Amino acid sequence: MTVLDTPAWRPRTDAAPLLPDPEPYRLLGTPEAAALDPALLRALYGQLVRGRRYNAQATALTKQGRLAVYPSSTGQEACEIAAALALQPQDWLFPSYRDTLAVVARGVDPVEALTLLRGDWHTGYDPHTHRVAPLSTPLATQLPHAVGLAHAARLSGDDVVALAMVGDGGTSEGDFHEALNFAAVWQAPVVFLVQNNGFAISVPLAKQTAAPTLAHKAVGYGMPGRLVDGNDAAAMHQVLTEAVERARTGGGPTLVEAVTYRIEAHTNADDATRYRDEAEITPWRGHDPIDLLERELTSRGLLDDALRSGTAADAEEMAASLRERMHTDPQLDPMDLFAHVYAEPTPQLREQQAQLRAELEAERQS
Amino acid sequence: MTTATHAPGRTGTPARKPATMAQALNQALRDSLAADPAVHILGEDVGALGGVFRITDGLTKEFGEDRCTDTPLAEAGILGTAVGMAMYGLRPVVEMQFDAFAYPAFEQLVSHVARMRNRTRGAMPLPLTIRIPYGGGIGGVEHHSDSSEAYYLHTPGLHVVTPATVEDAYGLLRAAIASDDPVVFLEPKRLYWSKSPWSPQEPAEVEPIGRAVVRRPGRTATLITYGPSLPVCLEAAEAAKEEGWDLGVVDLRSLVPFDEETVAAVVRGTGRAVVVHESSGFGGAGAEIAARITERCFHHLEAPVLRVAGFDIPYPPPMLERHHLPGVDRILDAVGRLQWEEA
Repeated sequence: MTVLDTPAWRPRTDAAPLLPDPEPYRLLGTPEAAALDPALLRALYGQLVRGRRYNAQATALTKQGRLAVYPSSTGQEACEIAAALALQPQDWLFPSYRDTLAVVARGVDPVEALTLLRGDWHTGYDPHTHRVAPLSTPLATQLPHAVGLAHAARLSGDDVVALAMVGDGGTSEGDFHEALNFAAVWQAPVVFLVQNNGFAISVPLAKQTAAPTLAHKAVGYGMPGRLVDGNDAAAMHQVLTEAVERARTGGGPTLVEAVTYRIEAHTNADDATRYRDEAEITPWRGHDPIDLLERELTSRGLLDDALRSGTAADAEEMAASLRERMHTDPQLDPMDLFAHVYAEPTPQLREQQAQLRAELEAERQS
Repeated sequence: MTTATHAPGRTGTPARKPATMAQALNQALRDSLAADPAVHILGEDVGALGGVFRITDGLTKEFGEDRCTDTPLAEAGILGTAVGMAMYGLRPVVEMQFDAFAYPAFEQLVSHVARMRNRTRGAMPLPLTIRIPYGGGIGGVEHHSDSSEAYYLHTPGLHVVTPATVEDAYGLLRAAIASDDPVVFLEPKRLYWSKSPWSPQEPAEVEPIGRAVVRRPGRTATLITYGPSLPVCLEAAEAAKEEGWDLGVVDLRSLVPFDEETVAAVVRGTGRAVVVHESSGFGGAGAEIAARITERCFHHLEAPVLRVAGFDIPYPPPMLERHHLPGVDRILDAVGRLQWEEA
């Protein structure tokens, strides 16, 4: 036997089955769409319309000074909604800062989901209630958390899958690499969803990576990569559901790249005209996730006026409630600043607590 | 502040033979794993090898690979996955192989470990321990001798603990693992092989995290130190007797929380203090301690609080490190500058 015969010289995994499809996977408008459950399509439609309305309302709230900032996911609603709907109640979602829609679709209160962006605290919801981790601002740092949580659940014998969301820019971060590597080595029940929306603030994907696709990165870790049309809600739902079930049944992690587009600027504070032409956006407007779904529903006779107007009314009601609740000033207690630094404050924090209390008292008396 | 409890059922009259700090740390990990199924150890080479310093020796064999796990070689990944495990309710104990190898995990530490309790209004505390061998004096080549405590103590949300004795190595590590807050547990690697009569069957009383201890009472001046510099300070105090100085030595044991009460009480008694640590002085722990002593004890002070620290240079190569590390002479020189002529 020579070293060439030893395990170290042989691939540990067959790379071919891990490769993504050459084209993004699509369902809507294809013959396969005929088999899709009407109830699922209607549910996706209702959520997509609500999601778009939520984005519009949140953006309006930034203009009214009610939100510090809002990174809109307009155009990416199919990714957001499919991520939430692919999970079972016991599963966990690990969102990034652009994923408020997924958080709300998972059941978190629409106002509590905006706490970070309103700025009255960093996270407005108890992560355990809906099994949604805090919105993560540092890019890709939430991915190893998802791996660790899924690994812990598996060690505990629990049936829990974690789905972690990241953007195309986030795939350049070291934590992306480390998370995928740990997940594959541990065969952790995790699904990584990359929303490739074309831009990391102003920097286009071409300056971010030389990989054939982001989904191809999966192969290097020994996990399957799936390339999906991120504006096709049905395809997104199917691929994510398959990946979640694969993880649940011991098949290990999957990397899903959703090809989509950020219709709005990075946030309300960004000026996208400095780095992209309107002409670039136009084709994406013609490939809109809600339009694609409406066409499918219409062609199958599933979208009548009642459903259309009922869905719109439901979205308006949500927006009105959000508007009304967000126009109420949050009640803040400055003493909360010290409440959760440690289980018990240090002697130094007690001193500072007393100082602030005295300052507040002086303010009240002046 | 949390007190760990001992494993029950320890009786008899165990022999108190000399044991090393490494053995005490190993026993603390073993007892923590045995006491609480939520405790999991993660790190590089912590399995079959038992860690490069053998602190996890035998633990994988005894508790299995799921409880003491060799991870891929990636510190941000180790700490990041430990965060997720803690989010799920486990109690991870992470080993960073060397001080300077912990830096890739810095973002996870600062942006997530230190903040998760605060970010979630207490809904998601992270009970995890990050063990980091630190400090020089072992002849290590570049990146193997950093004293990184200042980075950590400047990060609200972290406890920063460092033992200097065999007994404390056991007691403080048990307390750190039992704490519901994240603890950066700095292990002075040049004391790993220091010995003390200590029996794993009869571990010392576990002290709550956050209490300094007077290692040597003294009437004329106080040396305030922690971790690897404690034996140096005790040696200096002994040598100072020849100069007619009766030096006391305080071992902080925990930089966060900082036991200001004990330190202030001792310094009020002597009126003179020198803070000693081997990490660089500028912006270091000694600066904070000296400032706090000055604020609290100004009218009791006979002289400015001095610092004896490593120079403000990248950690030197091993053949030059003795010039960098605070030694007995440099400490006594500082004591000599405490304005005795005016006393």
